[in-house]
Amino acid sequence: MTTPLLQSNDVSRQFTVGAGVFSKKQSLMAVNGVSLDVAKGDVLALVGESGCGKSTLALMLLGLLPASSGTILLNGQPVSSIPRLELARRVQPIFQDPYSSLNPRKTIGDIISLPLRVHNIGAPEERQGMLESIMDLVGLPKRYVTNYPNQLSGGQRQRVAIARALIMKPELVICDEPTSALDVSVQSQILNLLMDLREELGLTYVLISHNLAVVEHIATRVAVMYLGRIVEERETDALFSKAEHPYTHALLASVLTPEPRLGIPDSHLGIEFPNPIDPPSGCTFHPRCPHATDACGVRAPKAIQREDGAFVECHIYDDDEAVTFKSEAA
Amino acid sequence: MSALLEVKNLSVDIPLAAGMLHPVQKVNFHVDKGETLCIVGESGCGKSLTSLALMNLLPKKAIRAGDGILFDGDDLLKASHREMASLRGNRMGMIFQEPMTSLNPSFTIGNQMEEIMLQHRKVSRQEARDRAVYLLEKVGITGAHRRLGQYPHQLSGGLRQRVMIAMTLMCGPDLIIADEPTTALDVTIQAQILLLLAELQREFDMALILITHDLGIVARVADRVAVMYAGQVVEQGTVEQVFEQPLHPYTRGLLTCIPIPGKTKRGTHLGSIPGMVPSMIGGIQGCHFRDRCPHAFSDCLSNSVELRSIDEQRAYRCLLSPEESARQAAAMEAAQ
Repeated sequence: MTTPLLQSNDVSRQFTVGAGVFSKKQSLMAVNGVSLDVAKGDVLALVGESGCGKSTLALMLLGLLPASSGTILLNGQPVSSIPRLELARRVQPIFQDPYSSLNPRKTIGDIISLPLRVHNIGAPEERQGMLESIMDLVGLPKRYVTNYPNQLSGGQRQRVAIARALIMKPELVICDEPTSALDVSVQSQILNLLMDLREELGLTYVLISHNLAVVEHIATRVAVMYLGRIVEERETDALFSKAEHPYTHALLASVLTPEPRLGIPDSHLGIEFPNPIDPPSGCTFHPRCPHATDACGVRAPKAIQREDGAFVECHIYDDDEAVTFKSEAA
Repeated sequence: MSALLEVKNLSVDIPLAAGMLHPVQKVNFHVDKGETLCIVGESGCGKSLTSLALMNLLPKKAIRAGDGILFDGDDLLKASHREMASLRGNRMGMIFQEPMTSLNPSFTIGNQMEEIMLQHRKVSRQEARDRAVYLLEKVGITGAHRRLGQYPHQLSGGLRQRVMIAMTLMCGPDLIIADEPTTALDVTIQAQILLLLAELQREFDMALILITHDLGIVARVADRVAVMYAGQVVEQGTVEQVFEQPLHPYTRGLLTCIPIPGKTKRGTHLGSIPGMVPSMIGGIQGCHFRDRCPHAFSDCLSNSVELRSIDEQRAYRCLLSPEESARQAAAMEAAQ
């Protein structure tokens, strides 16, 4: 078996919060024992509600935040042992908001070619050629080289961010909500571009998104996160056709597709998202789970392996557990 | 049946250093009692300014003009500030996108809810408090008595939006205008809030104008839809008409941009609308959408394109006939 491009083994990240004069220190497990493999050429989507730890995980994958425990391997090599510059060459981010992720006082040409200068790649004349070819690749007209970000539309700025991420020919691109700040007509253009670039350059993406319709369209695998843990991970087709975890069911039911006559779905989740500082005992999802039993509040479920490397963490599917699942209630 | 709210040729102009901006241009629509109208469009199409214009909450510089905003027979364009103030929060409620910024951080939930009722009705504070508790329970908030003493920052985003909704219901309004009420929320919470709004609307028999950019929400919530582009309504109809037989090339384009799990083939190119929204400073001649329209022809530039009514519900703003428009769209789809 080939080594996955990215591998995370039992990665956790703990933050200390509320360490003020009058308040006690409290610890918050933002990411709690995440194990993931991303093969080369895959698009792994991380989905979950805000506060579930998906952005913290992304920062750790980028090497911008050290893990409290566990290891992240890039091509079999621990990320923590890869020098900063080399890691930046191999893993690049694309962020959500193209209005705040570009320096407003630099020209588009400066912004896109900065990585070349930082890494001291190519003579100045060559850099110009590389800049032009990458702008061409992401569909930015060359005349924008001397423009500033405020002169560009949201979609064009996101193209600039993509060009900057790709000019170093990274192996892995972490896209954190790349289209959620954009209008739908622009979103589709950026998604088309991301799909084309993946094919052309053989890129691997980790895509963080709350939009499951987008995830279904471009991801090859999906990992569902809830309170710092991955509760289900599957191939995209399998996740959308035979998801098992009750939380995944709720997420899938909440997708509002533009189809009239279907009405508003009821996700059957309670209204309270649990406090991550004081997570529920046992399975952290049990207070909101329509199928929860007494056992769920006591013990945390373990990962149950499924075909194709998929897994689900839920007592319902644990044959060793005496928990019955009424599928008709779903 | 007469409409609860009828908007006739509403325009908003904003003078800028670069010239006159026309963000809303002769917009017409109506809402019946108990009905949901969705106004949908992308950023900058004028949907939010339209809603602010209805409430007379526009920025000071903005100039509002038109042939009438008839609310239950009264023309809001002619209403004084005092008259508007007695309508807002009373017979017309508004829900904004970000509940954190629209709630006052330095007063308790209870205080803010009671104030609305004390302002508009001759009731005691106790009666107002009882109503607040009743409504908080209605919107699914547990421990309502305890919540009344809490401040907005102590609540999660979803709870804050529920409080906002309860607050607008204090005086039992006839019309609620909700401007992107769920954009700041998670998808799971979004569905819950929309469901809640729809239930309350039925129960209290209110009309709802929902303003959003999300066609998924529109399809699930609306009775009727008005699609806006560059300051104009470009298409109007019942939700089934607009989604199943869109007449305007812009509506059709938007619908191809959105992937639908199980229907759009994975990894295939999504539709897109090339180009950008035109600048709305100064006048635009001809059709506003012509630069981005796949079917544009010479008349689109020279003629001014008016909203054409097909029947009582349906209208669209395009020179092509419905049949011709559908034929060209089918030809384009076949070519791809």
